[in-house]
Amino acid sequence: MIDGTQESNSEMSDNDDYNFDAELSVMKGKARQRAFDVEAESLSVQDIEAIMKRDAEHVSGIFGAPVSIAYLLLRYQTWNKEKLIERYMDDPSKVLATAGVLDPSTENLASPLMPPSSRRVTRGTTSTRSRQSQPSPPPFMCPICCDDEPPNIMSLGCGHMYCSNCWDTYLHTKIREEGELSIRCMDELCAIQADQTFIRKVVSNQDLQRYHELLVRDYVTNNPQLRFCPHPGCAYALSCAAASTKSALQTIVPTVRCAEKHAFCFGCALEGGHAPVICTVSKLWLKKCADDSETANWIKSNTKECTNCNSTIEKNGGCNHMTCKKCKNEFCWVCMGSWAEHGTSWYSCNRYDEKDGVDARDIQSKSRASLERYLHYYNRWANHEQSARLSLDLYAKTEKKMEEMQITSNLTWIEVQFAKKAVDEVIKCRKTLKWTYAMAFYLESGNAKQLFEDNQADLEKAVEDLSELLESPIEPETIPILRQKMTDKTVYVAKRNDIVLEDTAKGFVDGRWIWNIGM
Amino acid sequence: MATFSSRRLTKELVALREECPAGITLLSTEDLKSWTLSLELLGESLFKGEVFALRFTFGSRYPIEAPEVVFVVNDKYKAPMHPHVYSNGHICASILGSEWSPVLNTSTICITLQSMLASCKKKERPEGNDRYVKNAPLSPKNTHFLYDDDSV
Repeated sequence: MIDGTQESNSEMSDNDDYNFDAELSVMKGKARQRAFDVEAESLSVQDIEAIMKRDAEHVSGIFGAPVSIAYLLLRYQTWNKEKLIERYMDDPSKVLATAGVLDPSTENLASPLMPPSSRRVTRGTTSTRSRQSQPSPPPFMCPICCDDEPPNIMSLGCGHMYCSNCWDTYLHTKIREEGELSIRCMDELCAIQADQTFIRKVVSNQDLQRYHELLVRDYVTNNPQLRFCPHPGCAYALSCAAASTKSALQTIVPTVRCAEKHAFCFGCALEGGHAPVICTVSKLWLKKCADDSETANWIKSNTKECTNCNSTIEKNGGCNHMTCKKCKNEFCWVCMGSWAEHGTSWYSCNRYDEKDGVDARDIQSKSRASLERYLHYYNRWANHEQSARLSLDLYAKTEKKMEEMQITSNLTWIEVQFAKKAVDEVIKCRKTLKWTYAMAFYLESGNAKQLFEDNQADLEKAVEDLSELLESPIEPETIPILRQKMTDKTVYVAKRNDIVLEDTAKGFVDGRWIWNIGM
Repeated sequence: MATFSSRRLTKELVALREECPAGITLLSTEDLKSWTLSLELLGESLFKGEVFALRFTFGSRYPIEAPEVVFVVNDKYKAPMHPHVYSNGHICASILGSEWSPVLNTSTICITLQSMLASCKKKERPEGNDRYVKNAPLSPKNTHFLYDDDSV
């Protein structure tokens, strides 16, 4: 009785209640060993802030520096705590200097940059200018706004004094308008960074909140084990250690789900995921499919991708020396090679390989011949995509049928749920099928592809059968038979889907898939 | 225009009327939003004898935000032939973008641009000048420049 598919009609009504539960527990049992599952954890913003705080407190404890300074240092070292500690142990003054933090060992000495008038003011604090101080200091004029009687003047540890209004406007501009976390002292040549304690004293609560949001975003972007859920408005991040490296993504397809149940690919952030194909294949395929549109053409002719992190980059001025805003990779815009070898040839690249141009023309002429082959796979892919888009309609139609069944038979609402389960399964499998066509397009002909396409065909057939059952008219006398058929088919389809996912995943691990293009 | 901005600009204007840096002349200052200054190089350089005009446009957040600074291009003035200056007058200089500091001012910008021109070794336009000029936004502040070359 564990497997619901073997039941006969007469037994059904008696055993119905625990039937689904039993099936569920079997599925759960299976889930742990399936090759296509990846472990991932959904984290809220609060969870991430707690992790950041823990790291900062740890660093603060080791270095004997305030927590707000620890945040600055961690951010400077892209939140890599181990690397920061290692570097700090190596040469603390160098780390502090490059991170824009004042060296505590020299902090008690008057900084040479400090204007004499401001020495009496405590660092990093607000001070109200008092009239009663003994030797009357030269009158202070804020060098930014030229106010010679500002209510408050403040400075970072470096001692460069400005009025609090200017600080507020400056910090607001940096945080709100520029979304910048790295906020230097306003002095032209001063590298000291504003820390959280200082920022908290100056800015409004909204700006401070924004600053914290930026910090969390910076932390997540720089941590390869973390990724934000791409669903609009969703604030959860996923932690997935298994898929944190580029090489891991060559063999696993990390479809993950956040706490709000939004599914996406951890590797490339594609919403809904693209199982069973790996990110490289899905990306190639999507790019190919989009190539016809004007946008794609524009992107193709105006942008290039960072050779390290694949971010899309548009160059709209400046010289050929590109620095990726995201990963700081430096490369040449013309030949895409590493910048390190270019020296000072800012506006011309003599490393351009003429062969590249010839190859590009060759590829173009071949593309016409392969268009037909492409369309074969594309039409099938698009068909499943279209069906998935109509899923809301299908749910609505099915719900009507379920109501009808309730009226014409003595089944309860819970008992007619089998139809909804069938729809769930159809939608899920169409997504798998969709991506199998992208995969098949890139697979080299041979035994492996033949077996892959056999599995694909079995799933396709099963899904179409189940879809047909969902469309079949409701006749009161045949409802029990329909229910049985549909339940059986749903279980069968789920199995076929698992087989496709499992076999494809194993194929990636075993290196069984041979591609017809370079990946 | 915010008070701090107009107070600061008034002070700068007073100072400039009193004395401009060598080679810099105040051409027109109708209001506190837009000034035009002429700029020439006095010593030996590739630009000796040429006179350029710079148009400064100050936003309400000046000096927290950098002003918009372009070389005037009209019947009378042309943009200098320099690898960081596009033919429409837009300038690719870090101090007008990411390296801007609120303690800089009109006078220091002029001096920096003078030295940028003075260290030029070859009179040429930036690569991709035609493409940039064709698609360039009206204000260079809407262009995301990448600053790499510290030599000229």
